[in-house]
Amino acid sequence: MSQRSTGMGLINWHAIVAIYRFEMARTWRTPMQSILSPVISTSLYFVVFGAAIGSRMQSIDGVPYGAFIVPGLIMLSLLTQSIANASFAIYFPKFTGTIYELLSAPVAWWEAVAAYVGAAATKSIILGLIILATATLFVPLRIEHPVFMLLFLVLTATTFSLFGFIIGIWADGFEKLQVVPLLIVTPLAFLGGSFYSIEMLPPFWRVVTLFNPVVYLISGFRWSFYGVADVGVAVSLGMTMVFLAACIGAVAWIFRTGYRLKN
Amino acid sequence: MTAIISVSNLSKTYASGFKALKSIDLEIRRGEIFALLGPNGAGKTTLISIICGLVNPSSGTVLADGHDISRDYRAARSAIGLVPQELTTDAFETVWSTVSFSRGLFGKARNPAHIEQVLRDLSLWDKRDTEIRRLSGGMKRRVLIAKALSHEPRILFLDEPTAGVDVELRQDMWRMVRKLREDGVTIILTTHYIEEAEEMADRVGVISKGEIILVEEKSELMRKLGRKQLTLALQEQLSAIPEALAAFDLSLAANGSELIYSYDTKAERTGITALLQALAEAGIRFRDLQTSQSSLEDIFVSLVRSRS
Repeated sequence: MSQRSTGMGLINWHAIVAIYRFEMARTWRTPMQSILSPVISTSLYFVVFGAAIGSRMQSIDGVPYGAFIVPGLIMLSLLTQSIANASFAIYFPKFTGTIYELLSAPVAWWEAVAAYVGAAATKSIILGLIILATATLFVPLRIEHPVFMLLFLVLTATTFSLFGFIIGIWADGFEKLQVVPLLIVTPLAFLGGSFYSIEMLPPFWRVVTLFNPVVYLISGFRWSFYGVADVGVAVSLGMTMVFLAACIGAVAWIFRTGYRLKN
Repeated sequence: MTAIISVSNLSKTYASGFKALKSIDLEIRRGEIFALLGPNGAGKTTLISIICGLVNPSSGTVLADGHDISRDYRAARSAIGLVPQELTTDAFETVWSTVSFSRGLFGKARNPAHIEQVLRDLSLWDKRDTEIRRLSGGMKRRVLIAKALSHEPRILFLDEPTAGVDVELRQDMWRMVRKLREDGVTIILTTHYIEEAEEMADRVGVISKGEIILVEEKSELMRKLGRKQLTLALQEQLSAIPEALAAFDLSLAANGSELIYSYDTKAERTGITALLQALAEAGIRFRDLQTSQSSLEDIFVSLVRSRS
């Protein structure tokens, strides 16, 4: 490979930076949609579940209900926003046709994925931290394992941005772009223990719930806050890694075969 | 001259079973302007798309600037700029940011001076801070060209560059193409405006039904295949071609007031002298005469027709 002659080296950093900046610029152009609307909807959850209903709820595992739901709410936004950001980022160039430029550029698939997924994940991590900051206005919070908290934040944002990227490539219309988040991810997230401990479920449903991958994310994330978890933190981390690896494998397959990108 | 693009044995069959390219061989010379002519659906865009990395070939190889387009795609693609047929641009980006983005995408370090030069050459400098969606169609076309030139490619593909473009932009574009060639850039354009190929190209390739049926120096092509017509405006109308002239390829036009003689410029003798003598002997006098050469369009139409 005589790639050195292009002055590019083994990694096309300029391309990664260009795509990343392009995607981040898109966010700041629409701050209402990108930042404000998720913050407002999360604040509504706090008002309804935290203040209004939460005041009549028992604390769970020694954590007041209002504080208990904070990690779940952050995860909920993280999942939906990661998917929305990444799926739109790759779907829209396909829709308008501007993807021709990416396909004709000297960019390896993993560089494109790193840039698009990196930008989508960055946005949702920033959003997660904003929601966390918003939450401190409503409920007293403590974070026992801040490093793990950040680790779960980054891993989950990355994994679901990858998942969104796959949806964006698979979708050939706006409906398909919406259908997976709406019909699969949102139910899984709501049933993944955002608002309750799975210990509160009848034994049968507790077992069913263990097939929901979101349970592991929320449980691990909540453990990093309060040191209590529905499933072991090692299991949570392991499951997150498995899902991440599956998404990377799927993206690699898509680009190697040109699936839905090239004829 | 050496080849900057070598296409060998290239075939493409789409999933639908449609054979868009049938074992194509083609060499583009370094520094030339090459026009690829062909009717719609002939395979022009498929060929360009494969070379630029938008479509996977079914078989065959392509070397661009000495690099295999699939094994060594980074080096190959770095050398190539593509201006697509459709006006596919971002909407909310400014001209400056979208052109700078393209340069980064192709692995080049920032160079505001170069971007400025490209925008000035394309009369886009005043619009550099304008959002693309606020530009006219012609301006968007200029933006696409600026994006393709942002990373200083050695090979430039223009896919139907002047489709739906006004006269001013067309002239600007050809001025720019000539300047690029002076700088050593190789230019490949597809068109069905044949006068463009005729005006601009050094060589012409004709593609039809997925096969390259002809590649020729433009001047050679016109010389070899060009038929000329000699039109004689007669002083007196003729009702039929006289017996004495039956040996010549003649036809009557304009109610018998014009006599048209078709001849082959590549033939050793055009027969003009003999015809004029025969006319004088037959007592046919004429007021005026003119010759016209068949255009590339006529050549092209007859080539494609003879194949079908």
